[in-house]
Amino acid sequence: MNYYMEIIKSNPQMLTALHVAVYVVLAPLAGGLLAGLDRKISARLQGRVGPPVVQPFYDVFKLMKKETLRVNRYQNFYIFLFLVFMIFTGSLIFTGADMLLMIFALTLSGIFLVLAAFSVDSPFSHTGAEREIIQMMSCDPMLILVPVGMYLVTGSFRVSEIAMFERPLIMFLPGVFTGYVFILTMKFRKSPFDLSMAHHAAHQEIVKGLTTEFSGKALAAIEVAHWYENVLLLAIVYLFFARIPVLAAAMVLFVFLLEIFIDNINARFRWELAFSSTWIFTLVTGGANIIILYYAYSI
Amino acid sequence: MSSLKKSPWIIHYDATSCNGCDIEVIACLTPMYDVERFGIVNTGNPKHADIFLITGSVNERNSRVVRNIYEQMPDPKVVVAVGICATSGCVFRDCYNVLGGVDKVIPVDVYVPGCAARPESIIDGIVRSLTVLEEKYRAQKKNKKNRNGRSGVITDG
Repeated sequence: MNYYMEIIKSNPQMLTALHVAVYVVLAPLAGGLLAGLDRKISARLQGRVGPPVVQPFYDVFKLMKKETLRVNRYQNFYIFLFLVFMIFTGSLIFTGADMLLMIFALTLSGIFLVLAAFSVDSPFSHTGAEREIIQMMSCDPMLILVPVGMYLVTGSFRVSEIAMFERPLIMFLPGVFTGYVFILTMKFRKSPFDLSMAHHAAHQEIVKGLTTEFSGKALAAIEVAHWYENVLLLAIVYLFFARIPVLAAAMVLFVFLLEIFIDNINARFRWELAFSSTWIFTLVTGGANIIILYYAYSI
Repeated sequence: MSSLKKSPWIIHYDATSCNGCDIEVIACLTPMYDVERFGIVNTGNPKHADIFLITGSVNERNSRVVRNIYEQMPDPKVVVAVGICATSGCVFRDCYNVLGGVDKVIPVDVYVPGCAARPESIIDGIVRSLTVLEEKYRAQKKNKKNRNGRSGVITDG
C-alpha cells in the first residue's frame, strides 16, 4: 500500500487522475444524499414525514430499469454531453485547475441541456429551454464575478492557488459571496418553481419543462448531472472559506440548509421576479464589492 | 424490495370525473396522508410516470386522450382506476356518450372502488399496483432475454 502511495505522490499526473477518480465516484453519492436531505427537510418544514434520505437513489435506479423513449436520434446524445461536461467541470475544480475554464465548461454543459430540450417537438420542453436560458442570463453574470473577485484578491485564477491563499476570501468578498448565495437558489433549480424543471411536485405549469421528453436512462443521467452540479456549486462556497476547512465545511452545510429554507418560504417566487431581481442584486452586491476591491488595491 | 417499488411516479388524469375523486387524489399529497413518504410523486408527465391514476367514467371524447397518455408511458407501467366511475361507469354507464369504465379503453391493473374513493383506499390501490409493476418488469426482462437468445437481436431500451 505504501509503495503505491509513494508512486502516486511522486507523480503529479497520477495524483490528478486519483483526484478525478475520487470526485467521479464520490460526488454523485454526496449529491444524491444532499438531494435526499433536501426532500426530507422540505417535507418537515411543510409538516410532512417526507421520503427516506436515500430516495433520490431509488428514483435513479428505478429510472435505469425503465424504457428509454426517444423522439429523435440526437436528444439523448445531448444529454450524454451535458453529463460529460458537468463531470469535466467538477473535475476541473477538484484538481485545482483554472476557475475561468470551469465557468465556461459549466456554461457549455448547460447549453447542451438547452439544445437537448430544443431538439424535441414538445412545446413544454421548448418553454422549459427558454426559461433555462433566462435562468442562465440571470445567474451567469454573478457566476463570472466570483472568479473575477477571487482573482482580484489572490492574483490567480487557479483553484489550487485560490484555496491556498493566506486568509479566507470571505473577508475581501462578502458582497460577491452574498450575490452568489442569492443565485444559488436558482442554480440548485429550487426556487422559482416555474423556471425550467423545478422540483416542486404539485406545480405543473409547464409539465416538466426541459425534461418533458426524456425518460428512463436519459432522465436518470439528467438527475445525476444535477447532483454533480450541486456538489460543484457547493465546492465554490467552500472556496470562500478554504483557509479554515472546518469553517468551510460548516458553511457549505449552512448555505445548503439556507437555500432549502429560502425555497420553502418563497413558494410563489416566479421567473419574472427572478429575472428582474438577479441583475440588480448582482450589481449591488457583487459589482460594488469588485469596484471597492479594485480601488482599494489601486491605491 | 427493488427500486421499482420504492419510487412510484404517478400521472393523474381526470376522464369526466365529478372532481370528487380528484380532490381525494390531491388530498393524498397533503401533510395528512403525505404519499411522498413512500417515494410517490405526482409528475404530471406521462413519460416520467410509472402509474397511470385515472378517475371518471371515460367518454367518447376523452378516450383518445386516455389511450394517448397510456401509450406515451415507458414500460413497465400500470393503470389504477380510481372511483366507481372509473371502475364500471356507475350511474352514468347508460349515458349515450359514456363508455363505462377505464378498462373499455386500456388494460386496468388495480380497481379502487368508492364514491368518492377515500385517500386511504387510493394509497392502498397504488401500493398494490406496485406488485403488478414489479411482475411486469420481471416478465419484460425474461421476454427480452428469450428474444435475444433466439434471434441474437439486441433491442434498444
